[in-house]
This record gives sequence, C-alpha cells and structure tokens, in this order.
Amino acid sequence: MRKKKVEKKEVKSKTQHNQEPVLFEGETIFVIDNTEYRTTLSPKYINRKAYKPKDPKKLLAFMPGNIEEIFIKKNDLVKMGDKLLVLEAMKMKNEILSPFDGKVKQVFVNKDEKVVKNQLLIELH
Amino acid sequence: MSLKQKTNELKKRMQEALLGGGVKAIEKQVAMGKMTARERIIALVDQDSFHEYDLFVEHTGKDFDMDKKHLPGDGVVTGTGSISGHPVCIFAQDFTVAGGSLGLMHARKITKIMDHAMKLQIPLIGINDSGGARIQEGVNSLAGYGEIFFRNTQSSGVIPQISVILGPCAGGAVYSPALTDFVFVVENISKMFITGPEVIKSVLGEEISMEELGGARVHSEITGNAHFYALSELECFEQIKKLVSYIPWNNSKKAEAFPTKPPKSKIYSINKLFPTDPKQPYDVRNIIRSISDDSDFFEIQELFAPNIVIGFGRLNGETIGFVANQPLVLAGVLDVDSSDKAARFIRYCDAFNIPLVTLVDLPGYLPGVDQEHAGVIRHGAKVLYAYSEASVPKITIILRKAYGGGYIAMCSRHLRADFVFAWPTAEIAVMGPEGAANIIFRNEIKNAENPEEMRKQKVAEYKEKFANPYVAAANGYVDAVIAPEETRHFLIHALEISTHKSVMIPHKKHGIPPF
Repeated sequence: MRKKKVEKKEVKSKTQHNQEPVLFEGETIFVIDNTEYRTTLSPKYINRKAYKPKDPKKLLAFMPGNIEEIFIKKNDLVKMGDKLLVLEAMKMKNEILSPFDGKVKQVFVNKDEKVVKNQLLIELH
Repeated sequence: MSLKQKTNELKKRMQEALLGGGVKAIEKQVAMGKMTARERIIALVDQDSFHEYDLFVEHTGKDFDMDKKHLPGDGVVTGTGSISGHPVCIFAQDFTVAGGSLGLMHARKITKIMDHAMKLQIPLIGINDSGGARIQEGVNSLAGYGEIFFRNTQSSGVIPQISVILGPCAGGAVYSPALTDFVFVVENISKMFITGPEVIKSVLGEEISMEELGGARVHSEITGNAHFYALSELECFEQIKKLVSYIPWNNSKKAEAFPTKPPKSKIYSINKLFPTDPKQPYDVRNIIRSISDDSDFFEIQELFAPNIVIGFGRLNGETIGFVANQPLVLAGVLDVDSSDKAARFIRYCDAFNIPLVTLVDLPGYLPGVDQEHAGVIRHGAKVLYAYSEASVPKITIILRKAYGGGYIAMCSRHLRADFVFAWPTAEIAVMGPEGAANIIFRNEIKNAENPEEMRKQKVAEYKEKFANPYVAAANGYVDAVIAPEETRHFLIHALEISTHKSVMIPHKKHGIPPF
C-alpha cells in the first residue's frame, strides 16, 4: 500500500471540485485498486505489524524462557529431528529439534541464558 | 416489643448494612476516584425510583475462617428502578465489601435480579467492580459465574443487557460483560483482562501496566470489547440514560417513539458537507445528521474501527439503527474490525425491532497480509450474514462509490434490502474506474503509442459508462435515484409503509453465523 503525506497546496490545486475541499487533520493518500483516495488512517492501522516472511533457517524462541541445555556447536552437521537445545518455558522442557538436514552456522545463546519471545537461538545452513 | 421498637431495630440493621464495607473501605474507594455502589445506582436511575432487595443476604462460606466474617449484602447491591420512566433491573458490585469478590450468595443475588429482568421483560444493567472470584469459597464461586453466564446467554436478544465496568473486572468475570449487548468503560477506572500484568510478567516476561493492558482506552480503541467510553462515571451514566431512550424494553416491543423534529439543515447541509468526487473525504456522521430527527446521532464504538460508523438516531420519532461507511478513515473500507462492529450492531437492531438504514460509500475490502491472516474472509462474511438474516425494515442509500464485494455486503438488494435508493453521485461497479480500466483495457494500454494517454482515455470511458447509478437502476437493483435533499422524505415514507413488514424465515433451530 502506497501512502504519502498530502501537502495542502497540492490538494487545493489538484481538486476539480465545485466546493472548497475540506482538509482533515492527518490526511494522507490511500491507494486501493489503483485509485488514490484522500483519507485519514486509524491508529490501529498505523500500528499494524508489517508482514515478514519466516526464514526456516533461523530458529526463534517460540516463547520466553530459559536455555536448559545446548547439544550442538558451530559447524556441527545435524539431521532432521536431531535435538539442538532445550528451552524451558512455562515449566515445560521443550526440545528444539532440527527442522531439516544441515549445518549449524551459528549458535546465538548460551546455557542458562534467559531468552525473550522470538529471540534468535540458532541459525542453520 | 412495640411496632416502633421493631421498626427502629430494622432501621438500625439497615443502617449497618447500607454502610457496606464500612467508613474506612469507603474512604479507600473514594481515594481511588470511584463512587460507591449505591451512589452509582442513585446517580443512574430516576430520583427515588431505586428499590433495593436482598440487603440482608449473608454469605455461606465456612472455610478459612470465613464463618467469622460478616460481609454486608455479600458485596453486591441489587434492585429495580427506572431511567427516564423506563423500568430496569440493576445490580452493582460493592468493592468496599471484600473487594466485591464473588461468592455463592453474591452470585445468587445477581442471578435472582437477572431472573426478575427476564420474567418482567425489562432491561438489565450490571455495574462491575470486583476483585474476582472469592477464592475461599472455591468451586461455589465458579458455579456462581457459570450461572450468570448462562443467564446472560439465555437473555441475549430477549431483554437488553448493559454492562458498566467501574473498577477491575478480571479473569472469568469478564465473560459476563462480553456476553451482554453494550459495555461502558471509564478512563482510569475500568480494567478488564483475562490474565493480569503480574501473571503475564511471570510467565512471558512481558511488562505492561494495567491501563495499557486492559484500560478503558484499549478496550474502546483496540479490542472493541467496549462500546462507550467516558472520562468520568457521571458522563458514563449520562451515556447509559441516553442509550436506554433508544432501545425497547424487550424483543416484543418497539422503542419509545418521540415527537418528530426536522434536522438542523443550516448546520448539516448536504451541499456543503458532501464532495461529489468519490476520492474526496467527508465525515459521514454529518450526512446522518442531515437526515435524522433534530440532527441527533448517538454513535456506538466511536473509537473502534472508525472506518465504519454505527449508532442510533430517529426518523419521524422512531429509533433507527444507522450503519455507514466512513470515507474519512481508510477511505471507508471494510476490514476485520469494521465487519465485526457492523455485523454485531445489525444483529442487535434486528433482535430488538429497530429498522436499519445503511449509507454506502466504500471502495471495497482492505487489502493486506495482516487482514488476510486475521481472517477477513470469515469476519467479512459476518456482514453478509447479519444483513441477510435481518428481518427488520432495511433501507439502503448509496451515496457515492459502491464497488465489488463491498457493494453486495452493504445491504444490497441481493441481501434483501427493502428499498435501495441511490444519489446521482453513486457509482455502482465491480471496482473503481482506474482499477477496472487497467484490467479491461490492459492490451490497448500496453500497445498504445502513448500508454499513459490511452489509460486516461480508457478510465474516462469506463467512468462515463459505468461510474453512475443508472446501470444498477436499469436492472432494478436500485429502486429510485433520488436527489440528496429528498433522502429524509423517501426514508420516512419507506419506513412508514414497512411497519407491518413480514418475511418467511426458513424453520431452523438457529443458523451458524461465521462467528
């Protein structure tokens, strides 16, 4: 979605309208189906999160917790389903398994480290 | 004992009970900026109309030394009264008594007044101000909540149910308000959440204040759980009084009719407020005010999904539910939130015999990954479901753009609008001219010597041919193309002749709406 701030002058000169266009606070141009609409944006729309495609090579903490154990180190070869580490979260020891056959590019956490949600733990390649 | 002595004893007992949690607890309540339960009721209902019941109810908790504790009225005030002459059943949790915690007898007082409301077929108002379940009473406290939720559901669509959040309302307790029709919140006072900041911090490590997690503003703007937002309790009570004036006592009655008053046409002049170019914004609420009695419009969920506007007004003295796309915000698109907001309101109006007037001006649905992933398909479907299902009089006015799926969803003829009117500025088409021309004339534009010039020409061609109300009118999808200033006249006539509308509804237990 393309949007840009409207400059007051620009709008006035562009409008071919029988009335003086009323300018509203926070107006922007909002494009739908190639049509540029003058409108404002809701706070919730402005604060929405942009979509980021998931990178399967990057393993993130699915919830905050504690790194109980790490079974691999940099440059280790791993098979799909191999145990990589244990993330203790909500009193559950969660085994993080390798999603595919590959090689450990980097381990970003240490044993007993507290991690937040979506923190990068391991990168494979 | 003489009668006088007996009466004096009663008065003494009452005085004690009416003090609730005692002077110190009341001082605490005041220090938090809150009124007491009885003060709230008195401020809400007509003067001298409140009659309290179950003042002497005692709790039945025995464990954890609870049997040694006396909790006056068991932490909730219940009774009946009237608001501008309309009878209501009411309960207000008393935070000064054991933090308004809900035990078995507390819940029984609430369910008793709820049963009254159903039997008497009058609205129920619940004022929530409670720390939650009374843990000492264990499963009896949970049973109490369950009994309340069941009655909320049974009463839904039969009598109006109004929830007022004037304090904490956390954990399971939030589900009673969520099951009711309208939720009122007050800045700095209302707090609603399933799990509080402390639990969230200990489990997830996320730090957030109560206000940011579940304060009045959050529920009014982000979650959509609340319908009315006020800065003070007194403002909140005024909003409740106003709401009660628009709605009927129950689903077999009509809302109170008022003397009709013309709109304030000097302030709300369509000519001044309405740009004909579909790409220009305006505030559709002013268009509603240019049509409604006395230019009155009582907006619901003003802060949530402001790209659609819903609320009550009157036409010829009768309550009307207005639904209108708001070109001022996000060009008036339908999205997840605005679909939810509109659909629920449409179902409310249908349940309580309130005719629907829909003002259409939208470019379609909001594109975006976040929308698709948030389920805009099933949420958007709610609007179609609600309009198709509604059997109250449905009148639609197409002001400007009515493109694609948005045209169908906004109470089109195809969803059984009784009357569809269009202003001469209406554009009823599959999409806007710019988008349509790009697709239909893709090859001509690509192969032209001057593609930009060709594109402009084709857009103009398409505009000329389709961006008007006459193609739809030629097919009978629009009943009449009317001048904007005739709108009120057409609406009132359409409503008058729809008074005895009756439609065949296929026999069913209930439908399966895309909740």
